[in-house]
Amino acid sequence: MKLLLLAGALAASMLAAPPIVIQNATVLTVTKGTLSSGSILIRDGKIAEVGEKVNVPADATLVDASGKFVMPGIVDCHSHIAADSINEGSVSVSAMVSIEDVLNPDDIAIYRALAGGVTTANVLHGSANAIGGKCTVLKMRWGKDAHDMIFEGAMPGIKFALGENPKRAGNPTGQRVGAANVPPRYPATRMGVEDVIREAFTEAKAYQQSWKDYNEKIARGEQALAPRRDLKLEPLVEVLEGKRLVHAHCYRADEILMLLRVSDEFGFKIRTLQHVLEGYKVAKEIAEHGTGASTFSDWWAFKLEAYDAIPYNAAIMVRKGVLVSLNSDSAELMRHLNDEAAKTMKYGGLSETEALSLITINPARQLMIDNRVGSIEAGKDADLTIFDKHPLSNFSKVEKVYIDGQLYFDRDHDLAERPGHDAEKKKLLDKENEQQRRPAPGVGRRPAA
Amino acid sequence: MRSLAMKSLAVAILLAFPLLAANDDTFLIRGATVHPVAGAEIQNGSVLVKDGKIVGVGRNLAAPKSVRVIEGKGLHVYPGMIDSATQLGLSEIGSTRESVDTGELGKFDPQLRAEVAINPASEHIPVSRANGITTVISLPMSGGEGGGRRGAGAGNIIAGQAALVHLDGWTWEEMDVKKSAGMAMRIPTILTLGGRFGGDLPPEIAQRFSYTEAKKNYDTELRELREFFEEARRYQKAKAANAKGFQPDLKFEAMLPVLDGSEPLVIMANRERAIRDAVQFADQQKVHVVIADPREIGKMGPELKARNIPAILGPTLALPLHEDDPYDAAFTLPDQFFKAGVKFAFGSFDNEFVRNLPYQAATAVAFGLPYEEALKAITINPAQIWGVADKLGSIEEGKSADLMITDGDPLEAKTQVKQLFIKGKTVDLDNKQKRLYEKYLNRP
Repeated sequence: MKLLLLAGALAASMLAAPPIVIQNATVLTVTKGTLSSGSILIRDGKIAEVGEKVNVPADATLVDASGKFVMPGIVDCHSHIAADSINEGSVSVSAMVSIEDVLNPDDIAIYRALAGGVTTANVLHGSANAIGGKCTVLKMRWGKDAHDMIFEGAMPGIKFALGENPKRAGNPTGQRVGAANVPPRYPATRMGVEDVIREAFTEAKAYQQSWKDYNEKIARGEQALAPRRDLKLEPLVEVLEGKRLVHAHCYRADEILMLLRVSDEFGFKIRTLQHVLEGYKVAKEIAEHGTGASTFSDWWAFKLEAYDAIPYNAAIMVRKGVLVSLNSDSAELMRHLNDEAAKTMKYGGLSETEALSLITINPARQLMIDNRVGSIEAGKDADLTIFDKHPLSNFSKVEKVYIDGQLYFDRDHDLAERPGHDAEKKKLLDKENEQQRRPAPGVGRRPAA
Repeated sequence: MRSLAMKSLAVAILLAFPLLAANDDTFLIRGATVHPVAGAEIQNGSVLVKDGKIVGVGRNLAAPKSVRVIEGKGLHVYPGMIDSATQLGLSEIGSTRESVDTGELGKFDPQLRAEVAINPASEHIPVSRANGITTVISLPMSGGEGGGRRGAGAGNIIAGQAALVHLDGWTWEEMDVKKSAGMAMRIPTILTLGGRFGGDLPPEIAQRFSYTEAKKNYDTELRELREFFEEARRYQKAKAANAKGFQPDLKFEAMLPVLDGSEPLVIMANRERAIRDAVQFADQQKVHVVIADPREIGKMGPELKARNIPAILGPTLALPLHEDDPYDAAFTLPDQFFKAGVKFAFGSFDNEFVRNLPYQAATAVAFGLPYEEALKAITINPAQIWGVADKLGSIEEGKSADLMITDGDPLEAKTQVKQLFIKGKTVDLDNKQKRLYEKYLNRP
């Protein structure tokens, strides 16, 4: 009851936050065209109005964005920031583990991503195993705790991985220097990767059936013993039931096709193919399957399976009807996804809107959160990024970032804070140096306990 | 009738072909916006090229008789771009040891020449030049991919001779601009994690040292380095004196141009302390130094400026070195170097991203660097740093016709490179990636 009251009070305070009007900006809505001199009214964390003219409430905070460009907050469909660990690589199927359990809201990468205009990220388990751990979608609410960073209501995910990474641990010739004493782990080939997935889903189907049988018996009023919960198979049953999205790391055309066929065999969908550097070779099959593709703009040749990667990948897949996004997979790249999107205009001739879609509405659709984010439309979350120049120009930089209508990054504020931070750091360092010079009281420095 | 037409066409082609072939490196670009880098841009400008050299730049240059004319209306002409740190030709696939020749075994390897190991058929070369890169430094790297990461060469202090090459040629000899443009070296540092990539390796693989051990290694390496230089100087003296019993030694022989200041030492130094050590080392040894891949400038600006020590800046799009650095530390680093009055050029320190060199420059502009300085840092500055400013780096009479024709500002990703010339020769902009693009775009 107390909690409910508290929640009510919080909601009331949210409601009480004054509206914001961003004025005179070039508004890149992504889904509804571009307004050359547009305004956005933000109320209660949501976009209330977008247009050449919007209502300006008397109590509104006005943000003059003359000469600036507003776009939807960037959505990164593949990230590993804000997590204390990434890979549970000791087993070939680690569906029982979850990124949500190891979130680190203090990771400075969150702030840096914000400073690059990112407001939402799909934080994934690593690619060490054919079926990896559970994943979670975050908003970059820097300063909030782990729980409050989670994108409420977003579908949970799970990571799959094909190719060199999952087979590395089992490949006797692929072992890294210094890791020779690590015992090999099945699989060691792409054949084995397929097998691991088929074995796992065969088990999951049996497990699903055992619960069905049990529930039916109970429904008929019969006595029955509940099956033992299996934490590894539960997420796979959720995949079979369409309650958990599969994000599958892959590179080569053969393995992409393999996964699509395996998912057909077991009757589930692959929500996104991640990296999918040879997706352009099987774009037709990917499109037919209704699977999304989340790729790099121009990474290639860093490993053998990336040797046929081409910067035209995104454009070809777009032209062949695949839902495509660009992702970072890197705390660094994450900070300039707009630059990455611009490259698809050079390589494959995507339009400005198509290029921007790759980092906004498309990844939002892939994560099934496009009712909330990914474009500037009335009713959506006020997740907005203001650039000083067109975001597809390499000369642009992020000035302000709003999430849920709250200002989470402001370059002017960041710059203004720096002297204070420097002074604080210097004070701390001076103190430490002084302590080191002074002989420690009570020789031995034994801890109290 | 038709066959007659065909015949006369064939005759015309036969007649035209030898003329064109002979004049392949002689042509006039006209009506374009010319960005000479040396001097202001020229609207409606022309560039006249004869036998691979620029012989005229200006407005309304008259086309000599029968010279090939390239209409540049609506287009832009820039000097070809120079990447001052790559592994082009030395490394094909980063994680595949067999395709990587960047880091040799041994601590002091000045005798190694990158140029002889450059694979002119590397797929990276046409991919890089398709975006307007005409010249690169290809350098052996201590601790480079396939070197340190894969076991060999991690301990290199002097890694070998960096080559300056054109991205065109059937052989590395034809690509050659300068065989030994610099001697690649790393300054020893106090490393508690093994190797340059120590921080990236999983803990079970990364070597870990205590501070005491790391400091001891550092002192040892610095001593070994000084001793190596002392020995090289003794060799230099003995050779000059024609000393009795003098025996040639390839390692010391390779050091002679470094010792006499004709070849720069290219010293990898990321942190302020390493830069300070590198500067001190340059002072002690009285050698010509280029700082490579500095990640911060700290208080070293005036020191570098006073000594005229230039820097090769690594990727602008990089994470800050320290957790508490400003988020834009790497973005503003080029401007910090500029403001300190230190000459610099950009290098990708990589292969797959050589083509992104101009965007490295663009981000620096977004965060304060004047545009002209960014353009200079990928054209004339590297030419000066590598001692080839008489030949490369700008559109000026007498220089090699390394030119790119674009439909816009090359620092913007959406801009297309329409034509490229190296030594006046039209360079094929096709590459593996374009071929795959066309093949699969047209897959039924």
